Amino acid sequence: MTLDARIPAGPIEQAWDKARFDMKLVNPANKRKHSLIVVGSGLAGASASASLGELGYNVKCFCFQDSPRRAHSIAAQGGINAAKNYPNDGESVYRLFYDTVKGGDFRAREANIYRLAEISNHIIDQCVAQGVPFAREYGGTLTNRSFGGAQVSRTFYARGQTGQQLLLGAYQALERQVHAGTVTMIPRTEMLDLIVIDGQARGIVARNLVTGKFSVHIADAVILATGGYGNVYYLSTNAKGSNATAIWRAYKRGALFANPCFTQIHPTCIPVSGEYQSKLTLMSESLRNDGRIWVPKLKGDTRPPNEIPENERDYYLERRYPSFGNLVPRDVASRNAKAVCDEGRGVGKTGLGVYLDFSEAIARLGEKTIRERYGNLFDMYQRITDEDPYKVPMRIYPAIHYTMGGLWVDYQLQSTIPGLFVLGEANFSDHGANRLGASALMQGLSDGYFIIPYTVGNYLATNKFAKVDESHAEVQSAVTAAQQKIETLLSIKGKRTVDSFHRELGKILWDYCGMARTAQGLEIAIGKIRALREEYWQNVTVPGSGDDLNQSLEKAGRVADFFELAELLCIDARDRNESCGGHFREEYQTPEGEAQRDDEHYSYVAAWGYRGPDAPPELNKEPLEFHYVHPSQRSYK
Amino acid sequence: MKLTLKIWRQKNCKDKGAFATYVVDNVDPEMSMLECLDVLNESLIERGELPVAFEHDCREGICGSCGFMINGVAHGPERATTVCQLTMRHFKDGDELVLEPWRALAFPLIKDLVVDRSAFDHIIEAGGYISVSTGNAQDGNTLLIGKETADQAMDAAACIGCGACVAACPNASAALFTGAKIAHLGTLPQGKPERDRRALSMVAQMNAEAFGNCTNIGECTGACPKEIPLEVIARMNRDYLLASCKKREDVPTTITPGFELSAKR
Amino acid sequence: MSAATSAAEVSSQQNRIVTFWQSTNGKKVVMAVTGAMMFLFVIGHLLGNLQVFEGPEKINAYGHFLHSIGEVLWIVRGTLILAIVLHITATVQLGMRSWKARPIGYSRKEAINSSYASRTMYWSGPIVLAFIIFHLLQFTAGYIHPEASFVEGDVYHNLVSGFQVWWVSAWYIFAIILLGFHLRHGIWSMFQSVGLAHPRHTKTLKGAALLIATLIVLGYISIPISILLGLVK
Repeated sequence: MTLDARIPAGPIEQAWDKARFDMKLVNPANKRKHSLIVVGSGLAGASASASLGELGYNVKCFCFQDSPRRAHSIAAQGGINAAKNYPNDGESVYRLFYDTVKGGDFRAREANIYRLAEISNHIIDQCVAQGVPFAREYGGTLTNRSFGGAQVSRTFYARGQTGQQLLLGAYQALERQVHAGTVTMIPRTEMLDLIVIDGQARGIVARNLVTGKFSVHIADAVILATGGYGNVYYLSTNAKGSNATAIWRAYKRGALFANPCFTQIHPTCIPVSGEYQSKLTLMSESLRNDGRIWVPKLKGDTRPPNEIPENERDYYLERRYPSFGNLVPRDVASRNAKAVCDEGRGVGKTGLGVYLDFSEAIARLGEKTIRERYGNLFDMYQRITDEDPYKVPMRIYPAIHYTMGGLWVDYQLQSTIPGLFVLGEANFSDHGANRLGASALMQGLSDGYFIIPYTVGNYLATNKFAKVDESHAEVQSAVTAAQQKIETLLSIKGKRTVDSFHRELGKILWDYCGMARTAQGLEIAIGKIRALREEYWQNVTVPGSGDDLNQSLEKAGRVADFFELAELLCIDARDRNESCGGHFREEYQTPEGEAQRDDEHYSYVAAWGYRGPDAPPELNKEPLEFHYVHPSQRSYK
Repeated sequence: MKLTLKIWRQKNCKDKGAFATYVVDNVDPEMSMLECLDVLNESLIERGELPVAFEHDCREGICGSCGFMINGVAHGPERATTVCQLTMRHFKDGDELVLEPWRALAFPLIKDLVVDRSAFDHIIEAGGYISVSTGNAQDGNTLLIGKETADQAMDAAACIGCGACVAACPNASAALFTGAKIAHLGTLPQGKPERDRRALSMVAQMNAEAFGNCTNIGECTGACPKEIPLEVIARMNRDYLLASCKKREDVPTTITPGFELSAKR
Repeated sequence: MSAATSAAEVSSQQNRIVTFWQSTNGKKVVMAVTGAMMFLFVIGHLLGNLQVFEGPEKINAYGHFLHSIGEVLWIVRGTLILAIVLHITATVQLGMRSWKARPIGYSRKEAINSSYASRTMYWSGPIVLAFIIFHLLQFTAGYIHPEASFVEGDVYHNLVSGFQVWWVSAWYIFAIILLGFHLRHGIWSMFQSVGLAHPRHTKTLKGAALLIATLIVLGYISIPISILLGLVK
């Protein structure tokens, strides 16, 4: 398959303008005759539903939670980037673009990123107008901070709850449209299949999670904004409900899955405390602005941190990366933490942790200032670990946090199935092999507020839609298949719980396809995943029935998809014989142990196509061209 | 450590429901309350019994999905902490914990500890927003907002919509939830043009749902995991009172207590 | 969406005052305003009664003065009765609503953030009401006079002889203490109900409410105590 990304020709600065001008418009009177389905109600889904509703389309928005306000965008702590340059410190659209391309280790599309950087400013304005209470200076202007390794202060924030406030803004805009009658909100409902008719995405099969009833929803276009697949690792910073079912079933209906192996590991999470651990809690990366990361120089040093003298501490990030120090990008920070722990210098009960120490900052700035900056994060840390970070250094360890990979989309955010659009973390588009801090919120809102309203309109205006109803053969077969899957899961009645399988799957992935990967390890992983998947379909036990609220059954369906996705993730990682961003292959590293890209052979997007349950997936390549930011070895020395 | 959990089990809204007692003997003090329920559920499933249904998602205290009563206190004994972040070290070996769902007519029970809080969405839908469509915004710095005003708005905006306020209130009132949104938007200059309309519509909807009334007792703010201050309710009352004094024709301003209506939904 | 919204829209033609009264918030404003009126009366009545310490002439003259302003007295009395009726009507209606709002109660419920006074408003109110009725029948109308004799117009005599009966004094003290509880929450609560509250002032306001309520209780019970102790004869 040849992949046409539909990037407008001409200078990148004019690409989005040109694309918008070239798009066909839908007559205002006809908008309400078009029906759209949005799956997911996070930043991307809620903002898309609200904006499309405002334009007058007839929108149905689905979420599996009890309310659209619960979507996991809500948990983003640190902030949202924009190229406003309010602090007058050298920021510009071009610099945000440049940093994002470079931060993504040259594995993303330039045109998309440029557009993202351009739109970033509008997002801030839009959110302020909605009443998002961003932090302000005494003079009343918006406050910025530097975040996650950026050398300019471009991050806007609302305490440590930026994601929450942005999501509530989008949620409120969505509820306004629900009130206006343009959007119908359908909560507690999960998408189980995509309906494709005559090559067009025309609807979804959904299941009500409270009644267990299946329903069919037909529309002129389907928009997936269902987030990432980090939960394939079982332990991640994602919400427990976050899942890949919607994008995975779309993949099986023909959408391509791009760069699944690009997963991001966040360096500052609270370490695992025991077998029962159900998820990992992120501590905002902003902590690295003032905290210093270190481990003891000696292996197996079990002294309490306060008793280890200064000269026996190894501030390894400051030592190895003098110019960026503790602010190196996430992938670099994570990998180094793993390296020192592998050397046996990790701290805490499990030896999987490093110190994040604020004593120097407290001495320099005073406890009051530190409390003002990070008070809520310190409280959270203390609540969970029962240790006081004002007195004892925090213990942190990397955890799966974000997935850059996702369904392949073109410049218009349309997948390879016409009429199927994918937004936010669910698509692969903007972050390459590594996402910069405070960029996820930016992308979700950019896609939802400012891109999809144009591109969906263009699609609707340039296509014809045959009348489809529920009796259509494709619809019926999709419903039957979804029902059968549920019945099968309920009928296995084996011995092991869904969670025990999921935990084991996650462990395989984390061990072989986590922070460091090898071809050999990935082979082993693929074998183990297949074996475990087989066991799953023989030996899983799902209690209860399919006709009421059954949380085990919900999980069972999602984990079944995770098994298949995990395999593709490993295949992609095995196939990409280079190290880039979050994908670190031990065979490909510089003498200093840094990631070594292979631009000659791997400067492409790997877009995988489904070919059936037992056939290996088909690899399609979208070559990446860099006209503005020329690939170079990332260096944070 | 070993804990006895007395948990409300109810198959659905029609079922009568009753407490069931379980003993969990491998509780680690580092576990969260929800992880303790996970452990219980795993063992229930292995024994062929139905696991306890409880709502949860982010497990870091921000999505507002989780919440139930522990020994008669919403979200349990720790202040400003949701059950997902409540670690078991706050209990002693041998303790008995009574877990009960939020109880309110406006929050019909779905199963075990899961209730339907869509009444909250209806209140926001009635007017908990600023009417600005995408693309209408001016530059973010055009509007100067003093730090104190922004902070005050943020205090109210921190609400996670978990429903603990309603659960803890002896009257099952949603005043803290509604007041928080009215205070958040009304404090900011962006929210001023719609202040009257918002107060009238949201209060009308709050009263149309099956919530009780506020008696200014303050249990809500004590239970609130985000410690939303009680004064947001005063703010709602003031906005509502002032708006009621002005003549407005176009706002749905009324309130027939919607008990029968809401209960059926 | 829900049936509830349509209910709100159906009756949007209603009169504003009716609408206001129908809302829980509106009723609370009414309770606050009527409560404030009764609070002012409680203070005025206390100041009047304390004249008992200045001897029979003073307080009897005060009694005559009140009777001499006939119409004004009845206006005040009428207003107070209306306030009481509104206060009670709103309470009963709101109470019914709250009672219905939680059809299934908790098996166990702990109070963690509210004062005893605030939680017992539904008890302290009716008991104080019962007391007021008794009190009016005893001292104003003279229907009940457990004391030796009731002399129309001799306020001092009626007061002293009334409180010399131990259980009259005990009942009085008990009711006044409950009134104190009611006021301790009520004085602060009325500011909250009409929206005059700010996080910065809440502590002061609550402190002031406690102080005022305490002073009122002390002021009132000083009378029967002094009489029982024989300080006032």
